Amino acid sequence: MNHPLTPETSEVPLAPGMRLPRSERRQLSPEAVAEIRAIAGCYPDKLAATLPALYIAQREFGFLSLAAMKEVAKALEVPEGHVFGVATFYTMFRKQPAGRFHLQVCTNLCCALNGARDLLAKVAAKTGAVPGEGPTADGMWSLEEVECLASCGSAPCLQVNEAVYDEFVDEARLEAILDACRRGEYLAWGERA
Amino acid sequence: MTRIRTKPDPQRYTFDGFGTSKYPNFMLRGAGDMDNWTLSAYQEKWEGYRALRKALAMEPAAVTGEVKLSDLRGRGGAGFRAGMKWGFMPKDTPERKLIRYLVCNGDEGEPGTFKDRAILEYNPHQLIEGMIIAGWAMQCAKGFIYLRGEFGWLVDKLDAALQQARDAGYLGRDILGSGWDFDLLTYRGAGAYICGEETALLNSLEGRRGEPRVKPPFPAQAGAFGRPTTVNNVETLAAVPVILRIGGTQYAGIGTPGNSGTRVYSLSGHVKRPGLYELPLGLPLDFIMNDLAGGSSTGRRIKAVIPGGSSAPMFDPRDFDCPMDFDTVKARGSMAGSGGIILMDEATCMVEVALRLTRFYAHESCGQCTPCREGCNWMEMILHRIEHGQGRPGDLELLSSLLPRINLRCLCPLGDAACGPVESALVKFRSEFEHHLAQGCCLAG
Repeated sequence: MNHPLTPETSEVPLAPGMRLPRSERRQLSPEAVAEIRAIAGCYPDKLAATLPALYIAQREFGFLSLAAMKEVAKALEVPEGHVFGVATFYTMFRKQPAGRFHLQVCTNLCCALNGARDLLAKVAAKTGAVPGEGPTADGMWSLEEVECLASCGSAPCLQVNEAVYDEFVDEARLEAILDACRRGEYLAWGERA
Repeated sequence: MTRIRTKPDPQRYTFDGFGTSKYPNFMLRGAGDMDNWTLSAYQEKWEGYRALRKALAMEPAAVTGEVKLSDLRGRGGAGFRAGMKWGFMPKDTPERKLIRYLVCNGDEGEPGTFKDRAILEYNPHQLIEGMIIAGWAMQCAKGFIYLRGEFGWLVDKLDAALQQARDAGYLGRDILGSGWDFDLLTYRGAGAYICGEETALLNSLEGRRGEPRVKPPFPAQAGAFGRPTTVNNVETLAAVPVILRIGGTQYAGIGTPGNSGTRVYSLSGHVKRPGLYELPLGLPLDFIMNDLAGGSSTGRRIKAVIPGGSSAPMFDPRDFDCPMDFDTVKARGSMAGSGGIILMDEATCMVEVALRLTRFYAHESCGQCTPCREGCNWMEMILHRIEHGQGRPGDLELLSSLLPRINLRCLCPLGDAACGPVESALVKFRSEFEHHLAQGCCLAG
């Protein structure tokens, strides 16, 4: 288990272009708190709403900063340590900012057998993003190597943010995906339709 | 709704003869058709929710009896008999009324497996119907569908499908006049492979870290939120309406005795026609990979096959004639697992394969129990130096000595799963490891 946690970004200077969670927000919006409380009511135990609440906070803040985790604990009225423990356990809860388009390439066995390494290198070269690091200087891209995306039969695959998902990605397909991102055809990270 | 994918899916779902009585199509009905997921399509094209009406007219125990007759085995990996599992659920007594839960395991994370995704994408109502029938059989109060975090867009689709079922009266209060209330909720994980293990999944569903629990108590005694719970795989639950429709005895007649019905195999790796193949259990591996899927995609000979998802020990060509059912694959030293068949041609370096899979398990180990947490990292470290030409004399013996210290000594099967591919690669392709140690480079390719 290795989940590095970046320092609280709101209190340290950000690199140029690093995307701050929307308008340096330090608090969850009242709508988000209401949404979290509504979800908590659906389960026999409000603790069950921890994961959905963290997703909501991630959407609002852009990533899970310490402030975001504290807000979730406050909204759910559960110990901060619990929320912190859960947020650091799961890889899809980001502990550092993402670019407008967070690109995820699976490099597990089936994708690796079909050229995922090349794809990852190509994505890195075309966008300038470094796998596992924060966003590029213009805040446009971030890149991550991920484990199986359940697309083994149509490998290699590439996921953009949470919604768009592409299979059999060759050079032409990759260029088309990146162009669609540049034209703003896909939802940006954390954006909701 | 916006996240629901509308563009055509490039996956392959069919083959010549699929859908005939020889190769019945139970799971992949309408797969590839982007409009197949709606309630109206399910009812008009696939006799949807008729099995539910039939089940609700039966006694709950009789429904479980029908599933026992079908001899349906869990499609998630362990192959445990579903009817028997349902039978473990405690019943109400005159003095005590229990709250029971049903949980669907949709945390499909096993590398090489992508069958549940297709069922969720194209036939969500078949799963929903199966869950309502299972809920009736065990008299559950509520059901949860746990999906892996990467399936965000499928959660939206499933939520939409659940709302359609609710509007039609299949979910909610007094379902079809039976006097029984039942509802389903989706729950999205957040990227942890370990949550495919049932007790880890229950912890995750409760909003905790996905760490497996010590058994006993088993989920049927104290599962989700401390209540009796049954956890079944997506494909297992989606088979339930089929069993009710055609009858348990008829279903048991498909496949081989003790390994009944069809299952969806996921073919990937160096294979000419990758994709999903729904087949009766017990067909030989070489028939599936060569006759149906077209054999190697690279023109090179296939050297190794993983028969049941990345956790299953590899087969070399001597075992390619193995009939694909739970018992025979186990007898041949591997496991049928999740049905993910991964082909590797002779240019593939087995050291690299072992390293890649071990890296996955080391990363996904929950860190709770020592043999897995420490052992997987050690295995990764040793394999890493062998792969990169820095292996030391005695490394192979060190690696072999680690395996029995992890295998069967962990809280959950993740540690065992990490050992399977490494051990089989070490035994069956030892020369490649030795070449790496001696020459510092690959023997293959």
